[in-house]
Amino acid sequence: MIDVKGLTKKFNRTVVLRNIDAHIEKGEKVVIIGPSGSGKSTFLRCLNLMERPTSGSIRFDGQEITGLREREIDPIRQRMGMVFQHFNLFPHLTIQRNITLAPVKLGLMTQEAADKKAKELLERVGLPDKAKAYPAQLSGGQKQRIAIARALAMNPEVMLFDEPTSALDPEMVGEVLSLMKQLADDGMTMVVVTHEMGFAKEVASRVLFMADGQILEENAPRQFFGNPKNPRLREFLSKVL
Amino acid sequence: MGFSDSFRQNFIEDDRWKYLVNGLKTTLIITLFAVLLGMVLGFLVAIIRSTYLRTKKLLIPDLICRLYLTVIRGTPVVVQLLIIYFVIFGSVDVSKTFVAIIAFGINSGAYVAEIVRGGIMSIDVGQLEAGRSLGLNYRQTMMYIIMPQAIKNVLPALCNECIVLLKETSVAGYIAIEDLTRGGDIIRSITFAPFLPLLAVALIYLVVVILLTKLVGILERRLSANDRR
Repeated sequence: MIDVKGLTKKFNRTVVLRNIDAHIEKGEKVVIIGPSGSGKSTFLRCLNLMERPTSGSIRFDGQEITGLREREIDPIRQRMGMVFQHFNLFPHLTIQRNITLAPVKLGLMTQEAADKKAKELLERVGLPDKAKAYPAQLSGGQKQRIAIARALAMNPEVMLFDEPTSALDPEMVGEVLSLMKQLADDGMTMVVVTHEMGFAKEVASRVLFMADGQILEENAPRQFFGNPKNPRLREFLSKVL
Repeated sequence: MGFSDSFRQNFIEDDRWKYLVNGLKTTLIITLFAVLLGMVLGFLVAIIRSTYLRTKKLLIPDLICRLYLTVIRGTPVVVQLLIIYFVIFGSVDVSKTFVAIIAFGINSGAYVAEIVRGGIMSIDVGQLEAGRSLGLNYRQTMMYIIMPQAIKNVLPALCNECIVLLKETSVAGYIAIEDLTRGGDIIRSITFAPFLPLLAVALIYLVVVILLTKLVGILERRLSANDRR
């Protein structure tokens, strides 16, 4: 579904991603771990062109997207949901409007259809009574669940998660992870940058270890955590586990 | 001469109070339309400037905007008014009020632009990214997500700009517009008594400004009530 070849990203002179190759199949749940500054968030943000790659190719469903013009990217992004570390809900809109804004303004749904969809999504993320609330009235965990619902409202083919639990109080991490797990069980293709090793072990179909802008190891979680080969990964795991 | 005689002489005789009333009318008309023009110009410039700063697009329009801001904010409004009246509209027969509206509107636009740009830039870049990640384009993201929040943040500052503009129009007399200040001055030149006419003018400005400030206060309280939900 997503095919990355020779992806390189530089910010001015700093090289953040070095010649990365990766492949994400439909239905896969790819979890990316690594120390901070390793380029994992940048890699994720390149997949929907939040960051423009300096060189290399990204194919989405066979279509080369790195060379696309700004307005050609928008329809691609409609098919990729993204969830951010800091939720980025729209504080001036109710939860319902947060969820329905994009599908309605993009002409994909009528307001009525979108409202109905929002209701279903709110049920799904376990917050059916929050439709009329504003983001400021919610806890961090609730905000992130709404952010996931907002992304799902576009019926994306793949969901990108950029450290979705890193800004949460510890007691709220579980509710977000269990929603993500539920999403995974429903067959959603997911790419997740996270520090939650338990989630990686339990949910990932493949785990990637990134450091210094490169993918140093990738494997199924059992081998990845049970028998890590790369010395950097062994060192990293010894610190976080 | 006692106060009541002086009052009668300055305001009642020959209906001299009409200079003040008509002057106030002119001042309010100039202010209202100059504010509208200033808002349109200011928002336009602010959107161009912030688009350039965030996306590096619109370089040429941004350069023009920066030139406009530098010139307008770097020169006195009286000089701008005189240039627009005597140079730009020098050989054209247009109403002086119209010239004043143009001059004060262009002047105010520069200040509005910087206020609004500050408001736009104060919105977390994550809001833009969230909008774009959903597939909204830049214009839609600005319109539905960034601007509503930015406007709410700068509304009090914009209202203050209106108040400042109201007072700034007192220099309209330089091109012989009979605004409120000029109205008082005309009475003074007839009666040779400066105290009461000028005091009256000052009082009228003060009352209008206090009224506007009250309105801004109410507006501000309403907006901050929204935040504390």
